[in-house]
Amino acid sequence: MLPVIYYIGLSAVLFTIGALGVLIRHNPIVIFMSVELMLNSANLAFVAYARAFGELSGQIFVFFVMTVAAAEVAVGLALIVAIFRSKHSIDIDQMNTLKG
Amino acid sequence: MSTSAMSISGLFYLVPWVVFFPIIGLLINIILGAFVGRTVMYPSPLSDIPPLGEKAIGVVASLASGLAFVVSALLAVSLTGHPEGVTVPLLEWIKIGSLQVDWAFRVDTLSVTMMLVVSGVGTLIHIYAIGYMHADVRHNGDPGRFRRFFVFMNLFIAAMMILVTGDNYLVLFVGWEGVGLCSYLLIGFWYEKGSGVRTGDGLGNALAAKKAFVANRVGDFGFLIAMFLMFWAFGSLQFEAVFEKAPELAAAQPGMILAITLFMLVGVTGKSAQIPLYVWLPDAMAGPTPVSALIHAATMVTAGVYLVARSSVLYSLVPQAQNIVALAGGLTALFAATIAVAQFDIKKVLAYSTISQLGFMVAAVGMGAFVAGMFHLVMHAFFKALLFLSAGSVIQGVEQGLHHVEHEVGLKKKLKNEGVYMTDHHDVRIAFDPQDMRNMGGLRTRMKTTFAVYLVGALALAGIFPLAGFWSKDEILAESLVLHPAVYWMLTIAAFLTAFYMGRQVLMVFFGRPRTEPAAHAKENSPVMTVPLIVLAVLSVSGGALNLPGVHTFTTWLEHTLVQHTLEHVQEGEFNITVALISTGLALTALFFAWMFYSLRYHELQKLPFAKRPDDPLRGILGPLFSLLENKYKIDELYKFLILDPYVAFSRFLAQVIDWSFWHDWFHDVLIARSFKVLAKGLAVQVDLGLIDGLANGLASASQALAASMRRLQTGFVRNYALAMFLGLIVIFGFLIMRMIAS
Repeated sequence: MLPVIYYIGLSAVLFTIGALGVLIRHNPIVIFMSVELMLNSANLAFVAYARAFGELSGQIFVFFVMTVAAAEVAVGLALIVAIFRSKHSIDIDQMNTLKG
Repeated sequence: MSTSAMSISGLFYLVPWVVFFPIIGLLINIILGAFVGRTVMYPSPLSDIPPLGEKAIGVVASLASGLAFVVSALLAVSLTGHPEGVTVPLLEWIKIGSLQVDWAFRVDTLSVTMMLVVSGVGTLIHIYAIGYMHADVRHNGDPGRFRRFFVFMNLFIAAMMILVTGDNYLVLFVGWEGVGLCSYLLIGFWYEKGSGVRTGDGLGNALAAKKAFVANRVGDFGFLIAMFLMFWAFGSLQFEAVFEKAPELAAAQPGMILAITLFMLVGVTGKSAQIPLYVWLPDAMAGPTPVSALIHAATMVTAGVYLVARSSVLYSLVPQAQNIVALAGGLTALFAATIAVAQFDIKKVLAYSTISQLGFMVAAVGMGAFVAGMFHLVMHAFFKALLFLSAGSVIQGVEQGLHHVEHEVGLKKKLKNEGVYMTDHHDVRIAFDPQDMRNMGGLRTRMKTTFAVYLVGALALAGIFPLAGFWSKDEILAESLVLHPAVYWMLTIAAFLTAFYMGRQVLMVFFGRPRTEPAAHAKENSPVMTVPLIVLAVLSVSGGALNLPGVHTFTTWLEHTLVQHTLEHVQEGEFNITVALISTGLALTALFFAWMFYSLRYHELQKLPFAKRPDDPLRGILGPLFSLLENKYKIDELYKFLILDPYVAFSRFLAQVIDWSFWHDWFHDVLIARSFKVLAKGLAVQVDLGLIDGLANGLASASQALAASMRRLQTGFVRNYALAMFLGLIVIFGFLIMRMIAS
C-alpha cells in the first residue's frame, strides 16, 4: 500500500492548482471548476487519512463535502445565469459594483 | 373629668342629641329635600299656602330643632334632681402630649339655660320661617333656595348647641366658629343682591357677609390667643381644670389671668358686637329677617355673654378686667342707643337696639352680675326675636301691598307722585324700600296681630312694668348702681333712649296715616307666621316671672353653676325700688317725648308738600347732630380711613412696589433673568456649540475621513477578495505552524 504522504502530496498539488485557478481565471465557470478541484483535493485528503487511521468518519465527511459541492454548483450556476441575463457577460472583473 | 360615665344619672345621657337632632334634620333636608321639593316647587307665585314640598322641608327642620328643645327640657328636669350638673363624655378628640381635649358635654344649669333658649326660640323662628321664606324666595325670585335656608338654620342650631354644651374651650371654639360660618352663609343668603355703597347694586349682601366674617375673625384671633395663653398657663383647656387652678395662678401671676381675660374680651366684642368690633351687626341685617331674629339678636350674638359668664371664675379674679368689660358694655349700650334714634330702616333700628342691649348684658357679666346678665340674655332673646320677626311680618305686609299696587295701578307713576323714599335703582320695584319706616305708617289697622305683638315687644324692650324687659333690665341697673356707678348712669341713659327709639319706631310704623300706597294696601300674614309671634309675645309678657324679686327662681337655678366657682361674687338680684321707679319714669318720659315728636309733630309735618317737609321731626331740632347719628357717627368711614384705607394702601404698596417693581421687575427680571440669560448664552455658545458640538462633529468627521481612506480597500473585484482570503489563511496557518514548531 502506498504511504499516505503520496496521497497528501497529490491532494496539495490539486489544491494549489485549484486555488491558483480561482485567483487567476476570469471565467466564473472555470473558477467553479477550480473550486471543485480544491474540494476534491480535500476529499482525497479525508479519504487518505481515513484509510491510514482506519477511521470511517473521514469517509463519511467526503459524502457531506460532495453534497455541499453539488448544492454549491447548483446555486452558483443559477447565479451565473442570472448575472448573464442582466449584464450579457460573465466576466468576473466586470462584476465590481461592490467597489467602495 | 370630675364625673365619670358611671355616675351619669337621670336623662343626662340624652345630651348629645341636642347636637344630633339638628344635624339629622339638615341631612334629611339635604338628601331627601331635593326629591320632595322638586315635585311641587313652582306653583303660582302669589299663593299664600306653602306647597307640600316646602312644608315638608320646613316641618323636618322645625321638628329637628323642636326635638332638641324637648331634649333640653328633659335635661332641665333632670337637673332639678342633680343641680350640680354632670359631664357626659362622647369622644376622645385630640391627644398630643399633655394636651387632652375630649368632645364632652357639660350639662349644668348655665348650659341648659342656653340650650333651652337656643332651641326654644330657634324652633319658633323655624316655624315662622316656613311662612316667611315662602314669600321671601318668591319675592327674590329663586324658590329653589327655600331648602338651603333651612339646612343652614339647622346647621346653625347644631353649631350653637356645640358652643353651649362644650366641656372645654376648644369645643366651645368649634361651635363659636360654626355659628360664625352660619352667620356668614345666612347674611349672604341673597349674595347676588343688595346695594353696596361702594360697589353699586348687586354685591351689598356679599360684602355685608364678608364684613361680618372679617370682624368676627379679628375677635376670634383674640379668643385664640386667650386659649393659647390658657394652655400655656394651665396646661388644659377643660373648664373645671382651668377654674380649679385659676386662684393659684392669680396669686402667682396676676398678669397672666389679666391677659387671658382681656384677649377673651376681644373675642367677646367680635361675637357679641361690642365696641370696637360692633360694626358688622348692622350690616348683617342683609340676611333674611328670621336670620336676624335668630342669629343676630336672640342667640349667636349672646355667645360672648355666655363666654364671660362661663369664665366667671377667671373674671372674678381680676377686677381690672371686669372693669374694662363693664365699661365696654356700658359704652356700647349708650353709643348704639343714640345711633338707633336716627335710623330709618326698621331692621337697622332693631340692630342697633340689639347692640345696645348686648352692651347691657356684657356690662352686667363684666361687673360680676352674672345672673342678671344671663337673665337679660334670656328675656332679650324673647322680645328681640319677637320684634325682629314682627318687623319681618311688617316688611312682608308692605311687600304684599307693593304687589297689590303694582298689579292695580301703574306702580312707577303712583310711587313718583306719592313722595316715597327710594334708592336710585332703575327698577322701581326694587328701588322701593319696604324696610324704610318713612314709607310706612298706619299699619295698626291693617296688620292687627302684628301690631299687637310688636307693641308688646317694644314695651318689653322699653322696660315697662310688668313686661319681661322691666325685670331683667331693672336687675342689671340695680346691681350696677352698687357695683359700678359710672356704668349705671350710662345704662340708665341708654334705657331712656331705648324707650324713645322704640316709641318712635312703633309710632312711625303703626300709627298715623299710611304715607305710601304699598303701606295703605299692606296685608296681615298667614297664621304660620303670626302664631310663633303670639307665643313669643306671651313669653315676653310673662318671662319676668322667671326671676321675680323675692322669689329668685332663676338666681337659685344658676347659682348651682355660678356660685360653686365664684362664691360671693354672684349677687343676689336685689330689687331696688328707687332704681325701678327712676327707670320706669324715664321710660315713660321717653315714650311721651316719642309721642310728642312722632305723633303730634309728625302729623303736622305730613301736611307740608313732600319736597319741603323734613323726613324726621328731630332733624330740625338736632340739626347736624341728627345727620351724624343717621350716619352712625361715621364710624364705618372712620374705620375705612384709619384701617381699611391704610391697609389697602399698604397692600397696594406691597403689590406694586415690593412685589411688582422690586421683586418682579428688579429681582426676577434684572437679577435672576438677566444673569441667567448671560450664563445661558455662555453655556450655549462657548460650551455647547464650541466644546460639545466640536467634540461630536470632530468625532464624526474623523470617522468619515477614516472611512474614506478605508473604502479604497474595497475594489469590487472578486479575485482580490479571494486573494486576500488566501493570504490571510496563509498568514494564520503560517502562524499556527510556526507556533507548533516553536513548541
